[in-house]
Formats: sequence, C-alpha cells, structure tokens
Amino acid sequence: MTRAAFLLLTVVSAGVAASAADIPLGERKSGYDFMAPETRAMQDDDTANPAMLWVLDGETLWQRREGSAGKSCADCHGDARTSMKGVAARYPAFNAARARPVDLGERINICRTEQQRATPLAFESKELLALAAYIGQQSRGMPIEIADDARMRPFLQAGQDMFTGRQGQLNLSCAQCHDDNWGQKLAGAAIPQGHPTGYPLYRLEWQTLGSLQRRLRNCLFGMRAVSYPYGAPDYINLELYLMWRARGMRVETPAVRP
Amino acid sequence: MARALINVPPKAKRGEVIEIKTLISHTMETGFRPDNTGKPIPRDIITDFVCKYNGQEIFRAELFPAIAANPFLTFFTVATESGTLSFEWTGDSGFSATESVNISVE
Repeated sequence: MTRAAFLLLTVVSAGVAASAADIPLGERKSGYDFMAPETRAMQDDDTANPAMLWVLDGETLWQRREGSAGKSCADCHGDARTSMKGVAARYPAFNAARARPVDLGERINICRTEQQRATPLAFESKELLALAAYIGQQSRGMPIEIADDARMRPFLQAGQDMFTGRQGQLNLSCAQCHDDNWGQKLAGAAIPQGHPTGYPLYRLEWQTLGSLQRRLRNCLFGMRAVSYPYGAPDYINLELYLMWRARGMRVETPAVRP
Repeated sequence: MARALINVPPKAKRGEVIEIKTLISHTMETGFRPDNTGKPIPRDIITDFVCKYNGQEIFRAELFPAIAANPFLTFFTVATESGTLSFEWTGDSGFSATESVNISVE
C-alpha cells in the first residue's frame, strides 16, 4: 500500500471528526524530535537509558508468583517477548466487562485482582511502572493502533472535547499549545505536539519513570486547572484521544524526555 | 540489590582506548528535601564509585548530593590484557553494589 493510500484509509476510518486545527498526519513529530542530541543519545542506547532499569525489574516481576492464586504473569501469558508484542500499541482498549476503555496500567491491575487474586498495585508505584515499561518495550518500533470500535466513540469524543476545551485559571486548552503552537518555546523549553509515544517514560525532571497520567497532571497544573485523581475516567478518555491522535506513530517505550 | 547496567565492549585490540558506561538505580536523596510533614528526608546517596581492571584501580569517583538519581558514569581506559573489570558503588546507610564484566583483548 502506498503511503498516500494508507493515510487516506486512516482518515476515512477516523473515530472522531478531524477539526481544522489538527496537525496533518504526515507532519506529526514525536517528542523525541524536539530533544537535544544528548537526550536522544540516552534514549537510543539501552545501556544509557535509565528507564531500562525499570524494564529489568519488570522482567523479574513478570515471572514472580503473586496473590492467593499463586500465579505469575508468565503462567498465563508465557514469554512476554512474543505474547505482549504490540499490546501496548493498542491501549487504551475497550473492556467489555466494565463497558469502558481501560489503559495498560489498569489492565495490569485487572489481571492482578481477577487472575492472581492479589492486591492492585498503587498508581505510579515502582512495580506498576516496571511492568508497564516491560510490556511497553515489547511494542517498541510498532505503530500505535487504536481499534476503530463503535463502543469507544463516546469516550474518544469525550477525550477530544477535553483536549480542545479551555480549562483552568489560565483558560487554556491542550490544543492551543500542542496543535496551534508546537515547535515554539515555553519558558525556554520546546512545546512538543503531545504524542504519547513512549510511556511510561523516564523524565529527567522527575529523575524517575512516570506514566502518561502523571504527565497529564503536570500539564493541568501548569494550566492552573484542577487535576483528577489517578485512574479517573477523564484521564483514560484523554489518553485514548491522544493515542488515537498519534495513530500510526512508532512506540518508543521506554522513552527518555527532558 | 540495586539494578546496574554496564556497557563494556566484549572484545578489544591491545592498546585500544575503550569506553566504559555504567548506570545504577539509586534515588540519590539529597537530604535537603522535606517530606509531607515538613521533616527533612535523611540524605541517602552513593558516595563512592571504583572501577578495577584485573584488580588494579583505573577509575574512582566521589559523588555528592547534587548528582541526579540513577547516576550514569562513563569513562575511558586502555585495553591492556584480557580479564575482568569490576565495579563497586558504596554509599549512605551501608549501600553497596558490585558488578563485574569480562573483556577479551587480542
């Protein structure tokens, strides 16, 4: 398939209506493209990328038996390198039992509570981030692909409304920075397009690994808007919209950002 | 046990300058930050790093609170003979971690 035909197909199957201010699909850039060469080098070399420390932990956790069922992730899913390939590229995904989309972290906790019969891992805990990073790494280089599912439409629309709607004391929308003014500087830092291609990622400012929800809270704080508690449906909708907006872009997990 | 990532070329020519990269997981808590109750969080950092090549010290570093979490140290040495490079990190509260890798020199 030619690139043009592929793009056309993507537009036709689009889950929500494209607005005029949307970045054309061919002009989308990952946050990686806005980084300094030194930061890129960190991400490119697996022995210099600090996020790989979490991936190694995740590999160990994958094998560890947990909960009253005494099962490990590997007991059901086998070798993550094959069974988890491409999984992170299609999350958030629709969960029929809950009748709403769930993100990868929530999916891990569903497995923990329902299959392993263990207590769910806390949001932003080292273990949850490690597992998400390990699972995410198996999709590295694969295109992000959010299923075009009619059941997801209302959530995708809600995510888009949140992205384009003004909020907070500064009366800003996500789109004003990430659609209209990407590439410009905000207090000396480049404004990226806001594609979540590498989560969970190691942010130098945090000096640790963090989830997309943590990053979204960061933006909301900057907008002087109310941030939601971790796991709130508002975040899942926004995550869903952002992943759909980044459809076709390559997964970089675990990425490094400044 | 802290996780560490070491990058040493497995093979080198005699006399060749090789780059060694080391990365270790550590919070590097400065001791200057308060916790939620306003009490200072005690300092917890790596204070020393030593690299030995077949038992002989080739690189040493002292680390301080201003160094970021998960310290990444990279340095160079001359590949002289086949053998083992050993790495040791020591720090506050009895922190100690060791790693070693083999190198073959032709």
